[in-house]
Parts: sequence; structure tokens; C-alpha cells
Amino acid sequence: MEKFDVIIVGAGLAGLAAAYTLASEGFETLVLERGDYPGAKNVTGGRLYVNPVRDLFPDLWDQAPLERFIAHEGVTMMARERSITMNYYGNELREEPYQSYSILRSKFDRWFADQAEAKGAMLLSKVKVENLITENGKIAGVVAGGDELHADVVIACDGVLSIISEMAGLRQPGSAHEYAVGIKEIIELDSGLINARFNLAGNEGAARLYVGDVTKGKFGGGFLYTNKDSISLGIVVGIKDLMEDEQGIEAPALMDEFKQRSEVAALIKGGETVEYSAHVIPEGGFRALSSLYGNGILVAGDAAGLALNVGFTVRGMEYALASGYYAAQAVLTAKETGDFSADTLSSYKSLLEKSFVLKDFKNFQETPEILANPRFFKYYPEIAGDIMKDIYAVPAGPKNRLYPTIKQYMTLGEMWSMFKDFRKVKKI
Amino acid sequence: MTEVIELKAKLGLDVFKSGSDAHIKIRPGMEKDPRLKKAVRLCPAGLYSENEDGEVVLTIDGCLECGTCRLACGNEVLDWNYPDGGIGVQFRFG
Repeated sequence: MEKFDVIIVGAGLAGLAAAYTLASEGFETLVLERGDYPGAKNVTGGRLYVNPVRDLFPDLWDQAPLERFIAHEGVTMMARERSITMNYYGNELREEPYQSYSILRSKFDRWFADQAEAKGAMLLSKVKVENLITENGKIAGVVAGGDELHADVVIACDGVLSIISEMAGLRQPGSAHEYAVGIKEIIELDSGLINARFNLAGNEGAARLYVGDVTKGKFGGGFLYTNKDSISLGIVVGIKDLMEDEQGIEAPALMDEFKQRSEVAALIKGGETVEYSAHVIPEGGFRALSSLYGNGILVAGDAAGLALNVGFTVRGMEYALASGYYAAQAVLTAKETGDFSADTLSSYKSLLEKSFVLKDFKNFQETPEILANPRFFKYYPEIAGDIMKDIYAVPAGPKNRLYPTIKQYMTLGEMWSMFKDFRKVKKI
Repeated sequence: MTEVIELKAKLGLDVFKSGSDAHIKIRPGMEKDPRLKKAVRLCPAGLYSENEDGEVVLTIDGCLECGTCRLACGNEVLDWNYPDGGIGVQFRFG
């Protein structure tokens, strides 16, 4: 009978972080990945914030195959016929250590897996876990490829749908309102052209978010990240919103319309799409987190629901890396006593609570509800665009004074609605 | 204007390894379920379509394994699994 110290299901960021950490401590660590290679089934929008996880993996970042460090941020409010863009350039974004990088997962995850293997972890790709082995009320291993593989503890890092957690009874299948779908194209473009178009020097990168007509007023938005010699361009839209839509919106068509917007088309002109991908994203925040541990099992990364949208920043990969790391720490502690019960493994949750992970989730627990307000995605981009249109317009005759022009959009009822919306925003 | 690439052509850019069996199946009797009809609009790969009889059919080739249909339709409507190891989409960029 094969027996490992730990079996990790899924060689994404959470799984590899756990494997890297445990293998470094000499644990017999088996990682099972259903793709041809780590990263083969993974999709990201495209940006990793390094600051929160830098010290958890001190030796990792120097050589990591990241794309560009993000030096320019931008957000665009898109109305149907016009848009307003705000760009942010800050000196701190161009100073080392850089806070965030664009990233391509197939490249990064394969490299990270090599690092974990170098520490002694065993990686088996092209292997799907079919079932869990339960002995005396405790998860005791997995069934994969018809073989029974035993371990003291299993770490479920099998991504957003986490069928492993469902099998372990730690969660129910997800509910549509707590998830969004992301659709992305990788568009190859000469690195010199990228630099010229986005006003970048050297390995600087740009990030752009788009809100409004991109999703026809539904929850979500568009994103653009510059990689070394490609652009990650995509949209994210709430699944429940899409289901309830009565205009007949088709998800793939939203992506095409986004690409055709003149603001976007100019940036990707001449580029060649080389990959089309899609993936579901957890959007439920703190209240939608699944149980993090059970007897003989821990759950990390997207599998636990650890992704957080705060409007201007949309994050998941740091939480995956950190939760994998803390899951490993909990396993190290449990090993001291040889007790892998839920009671002992609950130290995982305590570690997450003390770290930025659950602090962030608690701080921003009201955000999903606030961002569910459709006015942010339809009404505000339109009214802001209309005001700009009037400010810039020079008619054939005399031009109206600016204040009354703007004030016509601000009826008392409207100001009251805005007051209510922004009173809620204060909770973010 | 950017040229619109047809969905089939976009999927043609991806690397797929086909398996012997469909990993997602519509449960018998559920072909006209309203939840399933949503999947026609929601699937990023456009793999669900409605036929003349008002039944939804699924073509599994080109599945991006994103999970949208599982969340929209639920387990009553779909028998939803990931493909076997080493089968299905293999992202080269991700």
C-alpha cells in the first residue's frame, strides 16, 4: 500500500505552495494534477500582487517567470457611446521591490512545480482524483487512476468548483450568485509596440479595468494586462446576472463587443489571438467561504472560495499561495502529535485569521453586496459620460454655463439615490 | 474595428485532447429544463444549442472546463465531471 505524509489535489498555486513548503520540511508529498502539466487547466486575468506573499517564499521571486511589473494603473468607465479613463502613475509603482506583476499561469505554475520537485515533492500529472478514501470518519487518502493512495492528510486545492470538498462533505455545490465567469484572450503583440502604446519603458507593464457597458450593466467588467509580448484581454460577468438577463446577452458575444470598442481595438490592433480561455471565479467573499478543514483534510485557494473583488483590485492568487503555505504549516503542527483530526487541523483557520488572508476577507465582507448594485455598472458610467460630453461640447451658438449644465443631471431624487449608494460605499 | 474571430476559430487556437466519453452529460428528461436553456447563452465556448424540438443539446468538443454550466444548471440537470487526467483543454498560456 502506497502511503504518503500528504497528498495534494491540484498543482495550482495553492497546491504548489503547500507542496513547496512541506517538501522543504522533508515531508513525503504527492501532488496530483489532472492537466498535462501544472497550469494546463488554470486561467488568471493576469496579475499577481507579490507584497503579501513575498516573505512566505523568500527564495522564490528572484528567478520567477513573471511577465511585466505593473507600473501604470488605469480604470475606464464605459458608457454606450463614450468613456472616461483615469490613469494612475506613481513613482512607488516603479520602485523595487515591485508590488505586482502580470503573469501567465501555464508558464509560472510549471516553473513553480519544478521548484517544489527540487525540494523533494513528487508530482504526477495527467492524474484525476476520482474519489476520497474515508477510514473511521477521517479522510485517509484518494482514489486516482483506479489506485488507492493513502496519506495522513489530503489538501484539496482543486480549484473553484472543488469537487473534492463536496466529496468530503465540506461544501455544497456552489450557487450561481456567488460566482462570475471570466473569458479571456491572449493576444500576441510585439513588445516594442506594447511599450509604445501603453507609454511603458523596458519591462514596465500596464493594467486596465473597464466598468459599465462592457457587461451591459451587469456585475463585472473588462480587464487588460500587458505581458512581455502579449496582452491578456478579457471580461468578467456575474453568472446569476447573466442568467436573469432578458436582453438575450450571450457571454462570448460580450467579449467580442468589448474587443471592438474603439478604446480597446486601438490597443490590440495588429495583435494575433493565440488562446481563448474561460474560468469561473469566486465572488461571494467572506460569507461564501467554504469549510476550511475536516478530519484528515484541508481546503486551500479557490477551492475554499479565497478570491476577493474590491472593485479596483481583484485578487485571488496571493490568497491561494498564502492559504497553501498556511495549510502546510497546519500539517507541520499536526505531524508533531500525529493527530490529523479536524480539531488539530483547525490551527489552519487560526493561522489564516492571523494573516492578511482572513483579515482582508473580514475587512471587505460587505463588498460583494455593495458591488452587486447595478447602478455602478449602468447608471454612473452613463451619467458621468453625459456630463463630460456637455463639458467638452462647443455648440454653434452660445455655450451654457457649466454649473447649471451639470446640475441638470442632479435632481433632488438623483442626489438622494447617490447619497444612499455612496453611504454604502463607505463600508468598503 | 477589430475583426471578429468566430467562436469556432477561437476554440481552434486552443490545444484539446479528446477523450472517449463526454465528461458533462445532460440528464435524461432534462433537455427542456429552463436552467439548461440559460446555458445556451452562458457557455463561453457556445457548446449548448437548442434544436427544432426545443431540446438543448451539448457538443462537448471545445469545452474549456470553466464550470459556468455547472453553476447555472446544477447537478439535477447536468451530470458534471472533469475529463479524465490528461484529457480536455491544455492551456499553453492560461
